Amino acid sequence: MPSDYVYHSNFWFEEPEESNPFAAKACYCHGYDVYGQVIAKASWFEYLLLMFKGERPEPTEAALLERLAMVLANQGPKEASVRAAMNGGVAGTNHSSALMSSLAVGSGLYGGSQELEICIRLWGECGQDIELWKARLQAPQEDERADIWPAIEHPPGFDPNGDNIPTILRQSLELLVQFAPEDGALAWLQSHRNTLEAFFDCPISVTAVAAAALVDLDLDQDQGSMLYLMLRLPGAAVHALEQRKMGWKKFPFYGPAIELEDDPGPYKKPSAEGNQ
Amino acid sequence: MNHEQLYETESHLVTRIGKAFLTERVVMHGKDLHHELDHLEWLHLYLYAILGKDPGKNVANMLNCYWVGSSYPDPSIWPNHVAALAGSVRTTPSLGLMAGLSISEASIYGRRPEVRALDFFYRAGKWCDDGGKLEEFVDHEKSLGRILYGYGRPLAKTDERIEFTLDKAKEYGFSEGRHLKMAFAVYEHLNREYGYSMNVAAVHAALAADMGFSCEEYQLLLSPGFVTGMAPCFKDAKSRPEGSFFPIRCDSIVYGGVGKRDWGD
Repeated sequence: MPSDYVYHSNFWFEEPEESNPFAAKACYCHGYDVYGQVIAKASWFEYLLLMFKGERPEPTEAALLERLAMVLANQGPKEASVRAAMNGGVAGTNHSSALMSSLAVGSGLYGGSQELEICIRLWGECGQDIELWKARLQAPQEDERADIWPAIEHPPGFDPNGDNIPTILRQSLELLVQFAPEDGALAWLQSHRNTLEAFFDCPISVTAVAAAALVDLDLDQDQGSMLYLMLRLPGAAVHALEQRKMGWKKFPFYGPAIELEDDPGPYKKPSAEGNQ
Repeated sequence: MNHEQLYETESHLVTRIGKAFLTERVVMHGKDLHHELDHLEWLHLYLYAILGKDPGKNVANMLNCYWVGSSYPDPSIWPNHVAALAGSVRTTPSLGLMAGLSISEASIYGRRPEVRALDFFYRAGKWCDDGGKLEEFVDHEKSLGRILYGYGRPLAKTDERIEFTLDKAKEYGFSEGRHLKMAFAVYEHLNREYGYSMNVAAVHAALAADMGFSCEEYQLLLSPGFVTGMAPCFKDAKSRPEGSFFPIRCDSIVYGGVGKRDWGD
């Protein structure tokens, strides 16, 4: 008797073993035999793009995603999502807890996946119209209602704390452009970023570069967000592991840096007279 | 230079929320945690921590009802299902409960409907303050294609929490508030025009508006709200054989995609 409860999928099909309906004999991803063919013949990034997009990608697409993955693989301890994982790692937390903290902190509107989602949405609205970009980047919200996500406080894809594009980001953009379509989002970003940076008086951030690459891969904001979250985890993992070994004595503890403005001082019991 | 603003906070943070003077004392919003706030129930303290002031016992008791009224020890409810899965595969309580809580911030239940509903009542109040009619506001929102959170419910026609919540609102002095009355007026309009039902998100949000919470405060207040239902789900699943929580057979994944094809070279 089959179960009363079924799940529906339009990309994943499993054939059961004759001897055990809970064990798979074969799995098909968008029609391709995963264990029979895909794993043997495809690269990791071809398989990823197949899963997300439903079609076997062109080699150039897989190459672009692989380079983007390398750009994002380790943003270093300064980056908030990596730093969150390090806070878990140094305390000897569960590895999954460290990665969960990285995902949570890496989801934000300042450098995180929520900002990236807005960037990808704006690519759909603005395309390669620079005047439209200038207008929409100043007011990127969809509507005036309050939501679980706050309103973004800076032009999405730009770093309000930056001065000029950092060398490593410029190098990344230049490299990714070589793997991207000639008339695509990355190429347009490279040739127009100076104008936009001057207009907003701050440089583009890695979020803008990642968003443009994901747009060039024809991924939507939801797909792009998931990939952006995933592809930044390697650095989070390794930094968490390193801090676990490094030990808490070498890790910053910001207690002395925090100044309480209205400290009432040590508690004093009310005097007996004061109570009368 | 934009980066220069970072120097200021690189090694210095000035705050009024409080501080842990470890080995000595802890201050929260100007009060000593262990001497001046020790009498508070935990949820009341949570309210104080978020609001920065004590909203009084009636507000704390009212909020407590939100939590109690949504503590369902039932693993069919999706966040609880995640907690149960965590128990079934023998992960840890923190991971199971936090995973369940994180998916409580959803669009069809939990945090988004709650925040949107509170915002709806504040905007409705302003619309009426500006001389508009409530029904016009509702119709305007609908005409924009917006979901009216708090009205309609994904799995049921009625909500058993409404009566419970209204009884408690009466007990704690919140049954005559402007926004609560508005919630029922909106329901009557939507029910008459579109056959909508009302769920507890509308009642909770209207009461929250009457209590004066901001959307951010409300979201923070309710964030841990489903955890009490999750704990028994986790524990129960963990007490059963591993992997036995509603297992899925291959045929229970119903496929609707393209047919088999060859990868080629």
